[in-house]
Amino acid sequence: MDVPATYLNWNFILISIPNVVVIAVMFVVFIIALVAPFPGHGEAVEPEVGHDA
Amino acid sequence: MRDVNSAPQAEPSSWTLAIRHFLQRRLPLRHLLPDRQPVFVGSWVYIFGVVAIAGLVWVTGSGIALAFFGPQWWHQSGIGRFVNSVHLWSVQVFFVSMVLHLWGQYFMASWRDGRAKTWMVGVVIFAFSIVAAFTGFISQQNFDGQWIAVNAKDATNASGVGSFFNVLNFGQMYGLHIALLPMLVVTLVVIHIVLVRMHGVVRPIEKKQTERPSTEERAS
Repeated sequence: MDVPATYLNWNFILISIPNVVVIAVMFVVFIIALVAPFPGHGEAVEPEVGHDA
Repeated sequence: MRDVNSAPQAEPSSWTLAIRHFLQRRLPLRHLLPDRQPVFVGSWVYIFGVVAIAGLVWVTGSGIALAFFGPQWWHQSGIGRFVNSVHLWSVQVFFVSMVLHLWGQYFMASWRDGRAKTWMVGVVIFAFSIVAAFTGFISQQNFDGQWIAVNAKDATNASGVGSFFNVLNFGQMYGLHIALLPMLVVTLVVIHIVLVRMHGVVRPIEKKQTERPSTEERAS
């Protein structure tokens, strides 16, 4: 645990592997959130005039 | 003396009455505490903001315990180390979900239809959260905190803020971290949520303002 992380270095970009993993996981979670079906319940509700304007 | 049987008089003006009328007009209870949402809210993209709030609740709760018991407790006792870890990891949850929420709202252009204030308050929350997290790393009371502070000193000096924002001054950093910044972030989050309640959730870009959601569509 108490060892420095491995870093990726490309030109001026310097980033640790754990940070790369976190960012990659965030991308994956974001894509899943866009495409995964959301469990629904109840009936559709009409947005009220003026409420969302 | 006024005759009570005479024609009704205009209500006397006062700031409490003005605020009450404003709230009744702009934030009625059915908007503040809605039981149903438009059909397009039925998407996981809308979950990230709620997860960020949950993370903030855990950050605040664990932070209160850490502030109460102090550095010796959070470094040397088992339960203290656990609460310290909860504080760290709930910050990770808070930031990850806040950035995912930001991505979602950015690609939906959520500042549309009079929601610019909501968007801008969110941006300010993000900025203050970064400062809050930074002062937290400096307040760890270990070599990691010292290392971050000494390295950050060069950056703050180079940017010109080093004279009044001294990262080597533990008292200043700790005070900002546990008092001013949490109050700012929590207050701004409350304002952000109230603004969302006032204006409602933005419609998807492909839906026109006049378009009515189909009854066959799923509701959230």
